[in-house]
Amino acid sequence: MTDTPLNMVEADRTLVMRLRAWWSGETATPAKRVQFDRPLTPWLFLLPQLAVVVIFFYWPSVQAVTSSFYLEDPFGFGATFVGMENYTDALNSSEYLGTAAFTAFFCVVVTALALGIGLLLAVKADKVIRGAESYKTLLISVYAIAPPVAGLIGMMFFDMHMGPLKDLAAWFGYDLKVGINYWDTATALIVIAVWKQIPYNFIFFLSGLQSVPVSVREAALIDARSGWRRFWDITLPLLAPTAFFLLVINITYTMFDTFPIIDVIVKDKPANNPMTLVYKVYLDGFKGNDIGGSSAQSVILMGVVALLTVLQFRFLERRVHYG
Amino acid sequence: MQKIKPFDHLILILGALFLCAPVVMALMSSTHTAVDVHSNGLSLLPGGNGIETYTKVLTHRGGFTGDVTGLLMLRNSLIMGLGFAVGKIVLSMMAAYALVYFRFRFATLLFWAIFATLLLPLEVRIMPSYQVMSELHLLNTYTGLIVPLLASATGTFFFRQFFRSVPDELLEAARIDGAGPVKFFIDVLVPLSKTMMAAIFIIMFIYGWNQYLWPLLMTTDESFYTLMRGIKSILQVWVGSQIPDYNEAFALAVLAMVPPVAVVVIFQRMFIKGLTESDK
Amino acid sequence: MAELTLKSVGKTYAGGVDAVTDVTIDIKDGEFIVLVGPSGCGKSTLLRMVAGLETVTRGDVQIGGRRVNDLDPAERDIAMVFQNYALYPHMSVRDNMAYGLKNRGESKAVIEERVAEAARMLELGQYLDRKPRALSGGQRQRVAMGRAIVRQPAAFLFDEPLSNLDAKLRVSMRMEIRKLQQRLGTTSLYVTHDQLEAMTLADRLVVLNGGRIEQIGAPLEVYRKPASTFVASFIGAPAMSLLDAHIEGGQLLLEGHALARLGNAAGPVTLGLRAEDLRIVDTGLPMRVDYIEELGAQRIIHGMVGDQALAVTDTHDTPLGPEVRVALDPARLHLFDAQTGRRMDKRVEQVSVPA
Ligand SMILES: Nc1ncnc2c1ncn2[C@@H]1O[C@H](COP(=O)(O)OP(=O)(O)O)[C@@H](O)[C@H]1O
Ligand SMILES: [Mg+2]
Repeated sequence: MTDTPLNMVEADRTLVMRLRAWWSGETATPAKRVQFDRPLTPWLFLLPQLAVVVIFFYWPSVQAVTSSFYLEDPFGFGATFVGMENYTDALNSSEYLGTAAFTAFFCVVVTALALGIGLLLAVKADKVIRGAESYKTLLISVYAIAPPVAGLIGMMFFDMHMGPLKDLAAWFGYDLKVGINYWDTATALIVIAVWKQIPYNFIFFLSGLQSVPVSVREAALIDARSGWRRFWDITLPLLAPTAFFLLVINITYTMFDTFPIIDVIVKDKPANNPMTLVYKVYLDGFKGNDIGGSSAQSVILMGVVALLTVLQFRFLERRVHYG
Repeated sequence: MQKIKPFDHLILILGALFLCAPVVMALMSSTHTAVDVHSNGLSLLPGGNGIETYTKVLTHRGGFTGDVTGLLMLRNSLIMGLGFAVGKIVLSMMAAYALVYFRFRFATLLFWAIFATLLLPLEVRIMPSYQVMSELHLLNTYTGLIVPLLASATGTFFFRQFFRSVPDELLEAARIDGAGPVKFFIDVLVPLSKTMMAAIFIIMFIYGWNQYLWPLLMTTDESFYTLMRGIKSILQVWVGSQIPDYNEAFALAVLAMVPPVAVVVIFQRMFIKGLTESDK
Repeated sequence: MAELTLKSVGKTYAGGVDAVTDVTIDIKDGEFIVLVGPSGCGKSTLLRMVAGLETVTRGDVQIGGRRVNDLDPAERDIAMVFQNYALYPHMSVRDNMAYGLKNRGESKAVIEERVAEAARMLELGQYLDRKPRALSGGQRQRVAMGRAIVRQPAAFLFDEPLSNLDAKLRVSMRMEIRKLQQRLGTTSLYVTHDQLEAMTLADRLVVLNGGRIEQIGAPLEVYRKPASTFVASFIGAPAMSLLDAHIEGGQLLLEGHALARLGNAAGPVTLGLRAEDLRIVDTGLPMRVDYIEELGAQRIIHGMVGDQALAVTDTHDTPLGPEVRVALDPARLHLFDAQTGRRMDKRVEQVSVPA
């Protein structure tokens, strides 16, 4: 903490430099000052990982891309090249677009709720002293529950016969029909997905809050009377890196990791039920045997995920810099 | 200046209730009979049918082949969780070591080849992955269940970050002491990474244990069913039955969630460290 | 600007640690008070009670005659400078300084004027739009000072504000702080564990030990008449040598050598000798030379009298043998009660120079 040289300040903050750093993820300098210089050994260490990656990642990924240009005979008698047809089919189908719209809606709602509630709980857990550890344990424990288990438990809560939430809705005069009514099912999916994701956000927000230096909080205590002001002006901006990181993670979560929840709630009965794009890939591929169409959808999704991951990846490095 | 704020506690209690009540009710309801659950709804208090239900779920032979029991699924889930965690740590530590500590041709290219796997989750390439597995005759094998899931660079990324934070002087000192790459890895780096390995192990164990889609596709042979797969089949049986076996479903859910939840609660500190420092 | 009063203030932490016990200090308007003591003696706790960052367990804290025990920090009209500066990392230097004023509803014009004034005083003008991470340690320190100045508070509170700077910068910042405070005339309470910093800054020193006040007084007064062995060994460098001696038949005896005739009662005493009050002479108290610290302008000779350590300042650079003779000025020797360590009055009658 002695004097840092001043010239390192704004000099390297030009847009080009920033963009390059953004994309490269790697600095030009080697990871270590001294490295081993052996031609063969590193390959031996890398071999297992490389083998797995090539066989189980690149091979299927290439297959996904190629088969997205073919129309495969459902009975397995060869395939015909159809060019972009699978893509245009998908993008022109109202069913696909409807699913895409729901996925977007689902993402926004689940992410907003899970982030909001996670942040609220983290702020409160950070504040209290008595019982802080117990609250923390209780709020975190649900993290480890698998999405299908969450789906199963959620399904019971929304069950037609004995679900307490169904009873609750009935008490308000509403007939909740999860699995039959589109928006009722959507509600159930959202509630379960949010429930499952809150602990994750809570953990990150809490550790983000706790990494705000105590003295900075105290300085704020001297500068501002209102707790709300302090939160808004000091805490929240300092949490922004965490929040942005979580935003990407939550979107990825809603798009992909909710698959089991949807599978449990919707149970292969897509008729008039909401689902996400990933679930549709699975349904069309495995249940509908439309391999080409499913692959085309996969490739479209790949684009979306690639974008998200690049964002996340870049952000990750930045989080590390913030320390 | 800390003042006790009842409002803060109220919110925390509501939050804890929202998160934990469903779990408690699942646990409690699993100790009631199916008829009881059907007519009285979910329960917050234990019932008298617990031993019976769990004995049945754990030992009753079910499924189409009449071979699959809860115990078997429990064992398979354990194999899945442990195998995945161990495999992940071994593969990714080795790969990260090569990437950080060696100067060799194509290092940058390989780095990107491995890290590109972060771009596409399994769910997106599930169809072709299945086809590859069937071509390799890996359906219904533990290898098929575990190894393909290792093709993601999260662990490698984390260990790379960690190795880069290890002081340079360590390698320099080791080289002066005459340690070669293998010796340095085993004698210095592995012991140094112990806590990190433990933290990653916890997260990866949970990840492996909780896998759903992949086992669903990889296993048609019921002797390879995991608990997650079991949940899927118990739900399939429900369709059409008069009074579904709510209690058994809950018992299965409890079996499926107890080990990972226990791991998280017991190793809370280490788990949080692993999670927040490795970023998934 | 205001006086600051602590009345029998005490602090017991939740775990039962008694960090501060019965501290009473009257600080006059504009006075610069330094709390000094070893690490863990309760300095920060005391300061933070004044700031309102810790609750006051016992006693009263008054700022400008107003009891502030139950006021929020923001309501106490104080400003604080933290050891690690505690700048808001996401705000520019300007916003860091302005933030507290904004929250108090000051007008834009007033804020701007005060920030500009502080920036001018601290030579921060060209950095106003930078973020703290783009500043050097010394500059951050200035910003932290600026943030305190713009508030024009009743009192400045400093918690080891220079500890994170390198030695050279620490000395120059020390001077700046002192000059600024004299110019602004703001009552200041300053915490440090560095006795030199304390001596150079303070109007009055408060020496703390184990949560209690050992002595309050002007720096020279504390230096010349330390109230206890603790203060004696803490203030001044090299530390005062403390030796077991006793008085017998009106003679002060050290290791069998009679040093002075004293009118004090017979019995064991602790004898305190400052290195600079001793001289190397031809005849006097014999001392075995252990090692010599060369400081340039002078040297400090560390040696043993019997089996007790003694340090002597010497301005010559002639080579020394294994044994030297030391002379002392009886007016400058300090006596402390051998049991309690409290200072004793001494009644000097005459020096005796042992052969
Ligand atoms: N929040 C706290 N809880 C319990 N004990 C504390 C707390 N803060 C400080 N202490 C204890 O109070 C004593 C005085 O601490 P402090 O005022 O920080 O000392 P100093 O600033 O003089 O180094 C120490 O023994 C310290 O361990
Ligand atoms: Mg302190």
